[in-house]
Amino acid sequence: MDKHVSPANPPASDARPVLEGPDIARVLTRIAHEIVERAKGADDVVLLGIPTRGVFLAQRLAVKLEQITGRKIPVGSLDITMYRDDLRMHPPRALARTEIPGDGIDGRLVVLVDDVLFSGRTIRAALDALNDIGRPRAVQLAVLVDRGHRELPIRADYVGKNLPTSLRETVKVQLAEEDGRDTVLLGVKQTDQ
Amino acid sequence: MQRHLISAADLTRDDAVLILDTAEEMARVADRPIKKLPTLRGRTIVNLFFEDSTRTRISFEAAEKRLSADVINFTAKGSSVSKGESLKDTAQTLEAMGVDAVVIRHGASGAPYRLANSGWIDAAVINAGDGTHQHPTQALLDAFTMRRRLIGRDAGLGKDLSGRRITIVGDVLHSRVARSNVDLLHTLGAEVTLVAPPTLVPVGVETWPCEVSYDLDSVLPKSDAVMMLRVQRERMNAAFFPTEREYSRRYGLDGERMAKMPEHAIVMHPGPMVRGMEITAEVADSERCTVVEQVANGVSIRMAVLYLLLGGNEPAVTHARTNEEK
Repeated sequence: MDKHVSPANPPASDARPVLEGPDIARVLTRIAHEIVERAKGADDVVLLGIPTRGVFLAQRLAVKLEQITGRKIPVGSLDITMYRDDLRMHPPRALARTEIPGDGIDGRLVVLVDDVLFSGRTIRAALDALNDIGRPRAVQLAVLVDRGHRELPIRADYVGKNLPTSLRETVKVQLAEEDGRDTVLLGVKQTDQ
Repeated sequence: MQRHLISAADLTRDDAVLILDTAEEMARVADRPIKKLPTLRGRTIVNLFFEDSTRTRISFEAAEKRLSADVINFTAKGSSVSKGESLKDTAQTLEAMGVDAVVIRHGASGAPYRLANSGWIDAAVINAGDGTHQHPTQALLDAFTMRRRLIGRDAGLGKDLSGRRITIVGDVLHSRVARSNVDLLHTLGAEVTLVAPPTLVPVGVETWPCEVSYDLDSVLPKSDAVMMLRVQRERMNAAFFPTEREYSRRYGLDGERMAKMPEHAIVMHPGPMVRGMEITAEVADSERCTVVEQVANGVSIRMAVLYLLLGGNEPAVTHARTNEEK
């Protein structure tokens, strides 16, 4: 079982890019500035990425925040597998890494980072997981793409790109660290799946 | 589809590594202020112990509770079993109560296999030690301890124990721990040497995937880990060695012998230790002895096994072969 194989549908062959490498870099720079602005300097910000690609996005945001503020921003990862509400509908997944920065999250502003915001169930699970780890001052959410179709009352604080999709479409984020290149692909779901 | 853990021999290399990697993540939960995950909420697990075992039972219970399962402890003493109830009737009672998994410890080799394959019960069966046969979660926690100490906590992820040399010393004849370890360590690529008095070597050992030696001193310098076994006097109905003193002199581990081991080598013991007999206090209390770590690792391993067998709609662990094929 390879934990890096995404259970999501593979992009169809006719998938078209909606964000390319330079767009992704620009979008992350904007989000970093928004975080500094809203958090009034980002003094107590902790970035937690949701594996796999959320972690890489969180690391990239941390670099940008450091460039803006001149301070090191703690960054970690939060695996939500054990908190999923659909665990009993699939075979158990291999667990990814949860790494909370040394000073913890108590009293801090936690910014959760993920690649795609869809049903909102992943974020609900992440909020449950945070609850077991500590008590942040506040929790915010940053995503690269918001594709809509929420099933829970959850919204993102920082959105790279709003991408209205139909449920027949797939959104696939590829990042250099994992996939060799930066791109967001919009495809059509294969019907034989 | 197999959904039980009866024998360490049933695990493939990939399954075993998946369990070890999962346990590494589970171990991180133990470092948190709230040592609990909601993963098995609403599932009922029965710890069915026909034989006394404090260590294994608490370890399973801690693992089950950390995963939020509902736990029922059943000990044979004072139960209907002492009134003559059979394993079948006990199983059917548990089935009627809607139990999702049974962790069974039994004095008779094969009891967990019978429970899993008889059709009496639909629950997943996890062997927590049966007679002199198997104790798979013990072997897994031992392998986990070795991988952590010999390769490293994070460096070991995804890796097996290829090329490591493990020596298992003592009462192999009565030891399910030795049997399970030989099976699992072989699957994980390690070279195993058993060292025991000839009277405590089981018949048919030549078919096991390991070497056998009667001389501890010659094996020690080339061992990465030395596992001392407890001399199980309660299972000995005859004299297997002349005196305790002689056993200690030839097969006990003291400071002088430990010094013959390579610098990085560790000393393991499944517990409970009989100090002075198979291991001296000096060795038991040394930095190289992993007994206390093994106990902590046991909880992580059992959490991983429970998660992989019960966490989804079907288990993640496939089995190398069914027991019928053996």
